[in-house]
Amino acid sequence: MTAYVVRRVFYMLITLTLVSVVGFAIIQLPPGDFLDTHLRQLGITGAQLSEEELQDIRAYYGLDSPGYMQYFVWVGNMLRGDLGESYSYRIPVGELVGERLPLTVLVSLLTIVVTFLLAVPIGIYSATHQYSLGDYTATVFGFVGLATPNFMLALLLMWISLSWFGFPITGLFSSEYLDQPWSVAKFLDMMLHLPVAILVVATGGTAGLIRVMRGSLLDELQKQYVITARSKGLEEASLLFKYPVRIALNPIISGIGGVFPELVSGTVITAIVLNLPTVGPLLFNALTQEDMQLAASIVMVLSVLTILGVFVSDMLLLWLDPRIRFGSEKATA
Amino acid sequence: MSDREPPTIDTGLSAIGVEAAERYYLASQWTLMRRRFTRHRLAIIGLAVLGLLYFVALFAEFFATQDIYRRDSDHLYAPPQRIRFMGEDGISLRPFVYPWRVELDLETFRNRYAPDTSRKAYLRFFARGDEYELWGLFPSRIHLVGVDEGTTLFLFGADKFGRDNYSRSLYAARTSLSIGLVGVAIAFLLGCALGGVSGFFGGAADMAIQRLIEFMQSIPQIPLWMALSAAVPRQWGPLQVYLSITIILSLVGWTGLARVVRGKLLQLREEDFVMAARIAGSTAPSIIVRHLLPSFLSFLIVSLTLSIPGMILGETALSFLGLGLRPPTVSWGVLLKEAQNVRTIELHPWMMIPGLMVIVTVLCYNFVGDGLRDAADPYKSN
Repeated sequence: MTAYVVRRVFYMLITLTLVSVVGFAIIQLPPGDFLDTHLRQLGITGAQLSEEELQDIRAYYGLDSPGYMQYFVWVGNMLRGDLGESYSYRIPVGELVGERLPLTVLVSLLTIVVTFLLAVPIGIYSATHQYSLGDYTATVFGFVGLATPNFMLALLLMWISLSWFGFPITGLFSSEYLDQPWSVAKFLDMMLHLPVAILVVATGGTAGLIRVMRGSLLDELQKQYVITARSKGLEEASLLFKYPVRIALNPIISGIGGVFPELVSGTVITAIVLNLPTVGPLLFNALTQEDMQLAASIVMVLSVLTILGVFVSDMLLLWLDPRIRFGSEKATA
Repeated sequence: MSDREPPTIDTGLSAIGVEAAERYYLASQWTLMRRRFTRHRLAIIGLAVLGLLYFVALFAEFFATQDIYRRDSDHLYAPPQRIRFMGEDGISLRPFVYPWRVELDLETFRNRYAPDTSRKAYLRFFARGDEYELWGLFPSRIHLVGVDEGTTLFLFGADKFGRDNYSRSLYAARTSLSIGLVGVAIAFLLGCALGGVSGFFGGAADMAIQRLIEFMQSIPQIPLWMALSAAVPRQWGPLQVYLSITIILSLVGWTGLARVVRGKLLQLREEDFVMAARIAGSTAPSIIVRHLLPSFLSFLIVSLTLSIPGMILGETALSFLGLGLRPPTVSWGVLLKEAQNVRTIELHPWMMIPGLMVIVTVLCYNFVGDGLRDAADPYKSN
């Protein structure tokens, strides 16, 4: 078990390193380097500066060193918490992202919780009542939910709220609280807005998870031990929750690893449409303004969040599934 | 697998059950798969709808009612016109539409549309309309349906420039539907190559490729897609942008495929027939292509089918945000960009029709994929 955890941590470090390479590559993607963008921002054309002055500036920012050196400097700065400065907002990226990070994490975590609370019971019901009306409803919902782009769902819910309540649900706060410091009233206001946002984000994931839960529980229910337990007179409810559901939950828990990146992805687009104060809209603005420093940092932060999420779900699985804990290679594959 | 004549077995039993069982045991793998697939009703419906969609998209120029860039400044945001057989003056055997009577609402300064029941625009089939070149090769002006000059036919309404939403949706279908196929083709090559190497050779190559896959799967796709596609230079032409977006989409798509290929290879390479081929002196590539690939082709097709919807949804999302394909290229995502705010949906709900087409397409692909998955392993009883 310790070996497994150590190996898992090691893999995670490799992944994080690769992520940092991607992040650096994103900054380098647009033609020209930092200096060109910087000068364009200042409204200075290259002609106004002599070649020597340009060289000096380049040396000052370390742009004359080879690519891999720039990468190491960048990673070093990042490890010290310095994410560079955003071109478009003219403030440190760390501040910009940090401001929105708590709400991003909150929305993501709540979404996962809601997804599970919805998907697991519906999946269990679907599997135990196979081919019933409820099962068909869940299946249709699952398929349509999978097929609907997140942003359309967000738009539709906004439209429904507009036509029913007379105002569209956007953002997490009413306009009067936007620039206010935190207070009880602001918190309550957020609690009003939050459910809709979470619901939209959770729908896509829920649809997929219901199908996984239903499928894996159906597989379990056919197994011999279930028939044996039933023939020995074990009560249906305790039988169901004691054995097959526990096993059927495994792919779901390990599935969080797979679902997590999708959820974070989905959240980004929904957040842009609903204009939530998370990093999603910030990423979008950064990209449309070619503020690659900011964009790369956000992609990095989201990736790190996801990787940590996957790691946590693996550890959860370890706790849940004794087969992995006792080092069976089969269960980890 | 083989198409050899089944040996005739004379058991002397003629019970129907035995015959049916015999047919089952003698049928080839592909026959069993087809049988099982056709039992999946939703998959058959899905396949039919997809076939229709692709057919229409292929001949979009002919099925469209007019040029997709033609602007009609008198019909900005005109609602869809209903095809009618019943008019004020009774039943007509020829389908027709009522042209819009346009009035300017003096309070909102928006056009108000009401059907002009005094005039009828009869639908003409194989009518002469705007000129086009089918696939850029064959000039023609014949459209499936059209109306006489001086009247309008907006089956899905018109956009803010008075362009026909129906024709645009059909052309967009061509872009969006083909992106899934091209993307999957690229993902297929990458997935087969890397998954093949990983599963067949194992060892260090396997280790490295597995880490790469794990890495690709653990970073959130959409932010990465957004960042990569935002870096596609603005001055690139439509074809270059199309290709780069497709490649960006398939960069992530290949990982699932590589997993399938690797898993199946690991399982199959222990089989006796692989050992036999190896002893007979076959080289690794020839064993992979001639013996292993046919054995898991069906599983590959399943995961290919199931990865197309993700690409279509990805393109739609990117273009919707304005980071993917850009006008004048039309795709479902580009069209949906027009419906970006809630006011548009409230006032011009027909701008969401391309979104419905996305949903139908993805739904059908999922049904077909489900049916194929059941059929892929015909020896598994359910």
